[in-house]
Amino acid sequence: MPARVLVAKPGLDGHDRGAKLVARALRDAGFEVIYTGIRQRPAAIAAVAVQEDVHVVGLSILSGAHVGLTKKTADALRAAGADDVVLVVGGTIPEKDVPRLEAAGAAAVYPTGTPLEALVDSIRTLSGRGAVQRS
Amino acid sequence: MDETVRSESGIPLNSSYGPADLPGAESIPPPGVFPFTRGNFPDGYRGRPWTIRQYSGFGTAEESNERYRYLLEQGATGLSVAFDLPTQCGYDSDDPDVEEEVGRVGVAIDSLADFELLFDRIPLDAISTSMTINGTAAIMLAFYVAVGAKQGVERAKLRGTIQNDILKEYVSRGTWIWPPRPSLRLIADTIEFCADDVPRFNAISVAGAHFRDAGASAAQEMAFTLMDGVTYCEEVIGRGRMTIDQFAPQVSFFFYTHGDFFEEIAKYRAGRRRWARIVRERFGAQDDRSCMFRVGCVSGGASLHGPQPHNNIVRVAYEAMASVLGGVQSMFTAAWDEPFAIPTEESATLALRTQQILAYETGVARVVDPLGGSYYVEALTDAMEERVVEIMEDLERHGGMVKAIEDGVLQRLISEQAFGVDRAVRSGERTIVGVNKFETDESPPKTEGYELDEKGRIRQLERLAEVKRTRSAADVKATLGALSTAAAKDGENLMPHLVECARAYCTVGEMVDVLKDQWGEFLQPVVF
Repeated sequence: MPARVLVAKPGLDGHDRGAKLVARALRDAGFEVIYTGIRQRPAAIAAVAVQEDVHVVGLSILSGAHVGLTKKTADALRAAGADDVVLVVGGTIPEKDVPRLEAAGAAAVYPTGTPLEALVDSIRTLSGRGAVQRS
Repeated sequence: MDETVRSESGIPLNSSYGPADLPGAESIPPPGVFPFTRGNFPDGYRGRPWTIRQYSGFGTAEESNERYRYLLEQGATGLSVAFDLPTQCGYDSDDPDVEEEVGRVGVAIDSLADFELLFDRIPLDAISTSMTINGTAAIMLAFYVAVGAKQGVERAKLRGTIQNDILKEYVSRGTWIWPPRPSLRLIADTIEFCADDVPRFNAISVAGAHFRDAGASAAQEMAFTLMDGVTYCEEVIGRGRMTIDQFAPQVSFFFYTHGDFFEEIAKYRAGRRRWARIVRERFGAQDDRSCMFRVGCVSGGASLHGPQPHNNIVRVAYEAMASVLGGVQSMFTAAWDEPFAIPTEESATLALRTQQILAYETGVARVVDPLGGSYYVEALTDAMEERVVEIMEDLERHGGMVKAIEDGVLQRLISEQAFGVDRAVRSGERTIVGVNKFETDESPPKTEGYELDEKGRIRQLERLAEVKRTRSAADVKATLGALSTAAAKDGENLMPHLVECARAYCTVGEMVDVLKDQWGEFLQPVVF
C-alpha cells in the first residue's frame, strides 16, 4: 500500500501554486495524495488526517505565520490522537525559523527553493516506506 | 523533437521578421487613436508619466502611515496599501482563528478608527491610493469615503483604485468570502456608486496578476483577465441602470510582467487593442475613453527566485523596462528579497530607484510606443491577440467565467501550466540563472527581513476594544440592521449602507457577518 499524504494549507494564505505542485509531484511519485484546499483550520486538518488515515501531513505556508500555525496543527493532531502522523512544513520560511518549526513538531522543513526531488525523497524516508510505483 | 523556437506562452517565432509581417494600418494607428494598440494618449508619458506605486503596508496603521509618508517624501507619487489577511478575508483582529495573521502581510484594519490613523497627515485630495483588496473591497471603499469626509475632502476629489476583482480570488488568490453571484452584485454596486459619487476613483482593477503568479502564461493571463472584465461589465449593464460609457472609464486592469521581454511588451499592446474592440463592438461604447485599457503592473512576483537573490534586481529592471515599452500607466517594482521576506526599507528603496533610473536616465519614455512598427513586435502583438481570442472563445464555449470557476476548469488550466513550467525548469529545458544553470553553493542570504512586533497586535486589539467601548451601540445596531435588510433583496445599492456602517464604527467582521447571514459562503472546488 502506498503511503498516504495530506497536503494542507492552514491559515488564510491563498497562494497554493507550491502546494499543488508538491501534491502533484508526490502523486506522480506514487503516493496517495489528498489536498485540503486553502484556508483550513488546524482542527479541520487534523480531522481529515485521522479520517483519511494518512502517514504524513505537509503544511504549506507563505504568509509568514508558519511558526504559530505549525504549533497549532501539531497540537490539533495530538488532540485528535494522531501522534504517529509525520508533520512537515514548506513555504516562505527564513533559515532562522527552521529550528523553531522543528521544536514545534515538524519532522522536516522545506523552505522556498527546495528541489522537488529532494522533498519527495525526504517524504519517502519519513513515511517509512517507498511509495509503490503505479503502472 | 519539436525544434520550433517559442515564446513563453508557446507562440512560435521566426528567426527574423520583415515588412510582410506587419498588420494593416487600421490595427496600428497613431497613439491615442482607437483601438489604442500604440497607447491611449497621443503624447504618452510626456503628457503623464507612469505612476510609481510601491506596494507596502504592514503591522499597524501607525507603522504603515510612517512608511507611506517616508515613500511620499522619497518621491513616490501614489500609495499602494497592502492589507493583512484577516482584513482581506473579513475577520476582525480579535477573532481567535486569525491570531497568527494579524498585521502580518499587510496592515490590520478593523474599523474607521484604523483608517483615520492610516491616512493621518496624508492629504487625500492630493495623492491617489491603490488598495489591494477584494472580498472586503466595498467596505474599504466605504472607509475611504468616510475618512475623506473627516479630512474635509469631498468625494469627487478622491482618487485611487480598489482591486475589487473577486473572480480571480476564487481561482488563485483565495480571499473570497461569499459565493460568486452576490459577490458580483456587490461589485456592481461599487461600480455604480463610484460612477455616481466618486468619479475619479477606479471601482475595479481587473487583475490577471494572480493568475500569472499561480502559473498562467502571459496569453492566459490576458485572456482570463479580459474575460473577467467582460463578466463585470455584463453584470452592470444587465442591471439596466447604466450604459457602458457611464462606468467603463473607471475600470482598470492589473498584471504581472515576467521575464520574456518582447512577449510582455506584445501582451500589453495586444490587451489594449483587444479590450478597445470588445468595449466598442460587444458593449456598444460611443465614447473612446470607455475603450481605453488602463493598466497597472508589478514587475517581479513568481519571476523572482531564491538562489542568488541579488539577480532579482536585474530581473526586475528588465521587466520594468518591458512594462514601460508596453505602455503601462502605473508600476510596482518588487524588491530583491521578496522571495524570503517582507522587504526592508533599503531593498524597498532600491526597487523604487529602479523605476526612477528608468524614468529619468534611460530616455525610454521620451517617445510614445518606441517599438511601434517593429516587424517583430507588431507580429508578436498580432499573434498574442489571436491566442488571447482563442482562449476567451474556449471559456465562452464552456459557459463563461463563473461556470468555469465553479467547475474548477480555470483552476485546472492554471495548475497544468504551472506544472509544465516547473517540469521544464527541472529538466533544464528552461534556463533560470542561479537556479538550474550557473548555480553556486552559497547559502541563502541572511536577510534581516521584517519581524512582526507582537506589541503591534496587542495595540491593535486594544484599539479595537476601545472602538467597541466608545461607539454608539444603537448606531451600530441600526446601520447593520439596514445593511442586512438591503442585502436581503435585490435592487438596492449597498454602498450607502456600508458608508453609514463605517461612520458608526461598525467593524469589518460585523459587516461581513451580516452579509454572510444573507448570502452564505463560497465552497471551494479543490483541483490539483
